[in-house]
Amino acid sequence: MAIAVSIDRVVKRFGALAALDGLSLSIDEGEFFGLLGPNGAGKTTLISCLAGLARPDSGRLQVLGRDVVADYRAARRLLGVVPQELVFDPFFTVRETLRFQSGYFGLTRNDDWIDEILAALDLTDKANTNMRRLSGGMKRRVLVAQALVHKPPVIVLDEPTAGVDVELRQGLWAFVRQLNEQGHTIILTTHYLEEAETLCGRIAMMKQGKVVALDTTANLLARFSGHALWVRLADPARLPADLAARAVADGRGLRLALAGAAELEPTLARLRESGCSVEDLRVLPPDLEDVFVNLLREGAHG
Amino acid sequence: MADLHARPPATPDRWLGFQTLFKKEMLRFWKVGFQTVAAPVLTALLYLLIFAHVLDSHVAVHGVRYAAFLIPGLAMMSVLQNAFANSSSSLIQSKVTGSIVFVLLPPLSYLDFFAAFVLAAALRGLVVGAGVLAVTGTVVALAVPDAGFAVAAPGWVLAFALLGGALMGALGLIAGMWADKFDQLAAFQNFLVMPLTMLSGVFYSIHSLPAFWQGISRFNPVFYMIDGFRYGFFGASDVAPGLSLAVVLGGFLLTAAFTLALLKRGYKLRA
Repeated sequence: MAIAVSIDRVVKRFGALAALDGLSLSIDEGEFFGLLGPNGAGKTTLISCLAGLARPDSGRLQVLGRDVVADYRAARRLLGVVPQELVFDPFFTVRETLRFQSGYFGLTRNDDWIDEILAALDLTDKANTNMRRLSGGMKRRVLVAQALVHKPPVIVLDEPTAGVDVELRQGLWAFVRQLNEQGHTIILTTHYLEEAETLCGRIAMMKQGKVVALDTTANLLARFSGHALWVRLADPARLPADLAARAVADGRGLRLALAGAAELEPTLARLRESGCSVEDLRVLPPDLEDVFVNLLREGAHG
Repeated sequence: MADLHARPPATPDRWLGFQTLFKKEMLRFWKVGFQTVAAPVLTALLYLLIFAHVLDSHVAVHGVRYAAFLIPGLAMMSVLQNAFANSSSSLIQSKVTGSIVFVLLPPLSYLDFFAAFVLAAALRGLVVGAGVLAVTGTVVALAVPDAGFAVAAPGWVLAFALLGGALMGALGLIAGMWADKFDQLAAFQNFLVMPLTMLSGVFYSIHSLPAFWQGISRFNPVFYMIDGFRYGFFGASDVAPGLSLAVVLGGFLLTAAFTLALLKRGYKLRA
């Protein structure tokens, strides 16, 4: 399998801040890849460097073997980017917008393809509507359509569901998953961890311009997260000291991390012995958010 | 759903990117033509009505009446100001709204970018200039038939309008790249472009100025644009048209070189 995106020791500084600090990463063709990290981790800078919106100070980036600086024409034809900001050109209709975008990529008579994307994104009846008149969700879908006019084999979605309602989010993911099944490489940055958990086969966690974890989603979950028991007690003060040491306040209850499913029963027994009356309880499955929090905490200590 | 992965796409056309960007820049002003073409034509007409009313009976320049003398100056001023406005406002708008990414993501080169913006700016200048000439020329022909308005050498007219418009289009690109906000662009326009055009001899022949101010005017490149443009109408000018053309051409080449260097670096466009 070919390498879709290769990022080699990329450094990008903004003044004293190293937004990308010698970052290396390789993404295979056909992957659904997640790029996660807190604000300011460098996710968008990395995507900007890949797309030619920013120039790296050193290091190399390639899309399907084409250097994004030296061979930028070829590299940009292979890449479709859905930007994070909800941007549009208020002068034009949806179809005009997509025709212009095709033209910028050197494609003429692209209307059959444009019609297909419009249909797939449920925008057919808005084709001749001015961009200004579209709702936020529709504008978002036009952004996706714009990224696809040149049939790019590698597609980057930068926080595509920020501020998008649930229905649209579901529709968008179904569509992107379909693209992935047809062989497109998908790179996704998101804050919604459960999205990354359900969609991405592999995940890189970024922090301060570096990759701090890179593994399959399943492995990350197994390594850095486990089951947990969530309880709401009538009188939390009765909680015995050994359990209190493991407890983290979570909403109106407490979260007790479990080393494994086998630890559930003894933990419940301990609560009963110490006379705690449990008002509500839940067993929580492994969660990418734990991975995230653990990793960032680890980073803070070391 | 159709197979999105059906490859390869049609062979891309190397020049279509430039053509598309050019077309978009043209459509952008044409779609709001009332504001971008009709409005500046009306402004020029108002200048003509007021100044000609006040001064026509008192002043004659280059052997023609003041009303006729004023027409080329107003037309060229409109060419220059609108060419500048086209590239600068298009660029700052797309920068401020963020839609600039749509032209930064595709495989457009900095030369494509320059050519499309400058050519569209020059053509907007030509369209507005032609409108000003048509309207003010008609008004003068009807109201002051003996004003002496004519076109002696259309070649010079076109050459100065195109080159002047292209120079201001390139300057507009520089201003649009440099400015981060609309008020910075307005400052560029109000404190540089307006004084240079207003003090360039649109409303007077510099021979009517005191010697000191005549000397100063000769350092204003816009003076040569207006003077050469006017030569195309009356066959008379303050300086030889060949010299003016050389100055304007040199000015364009310098501005273009500077603009291209900024675009190549991605100045304030690519981080």
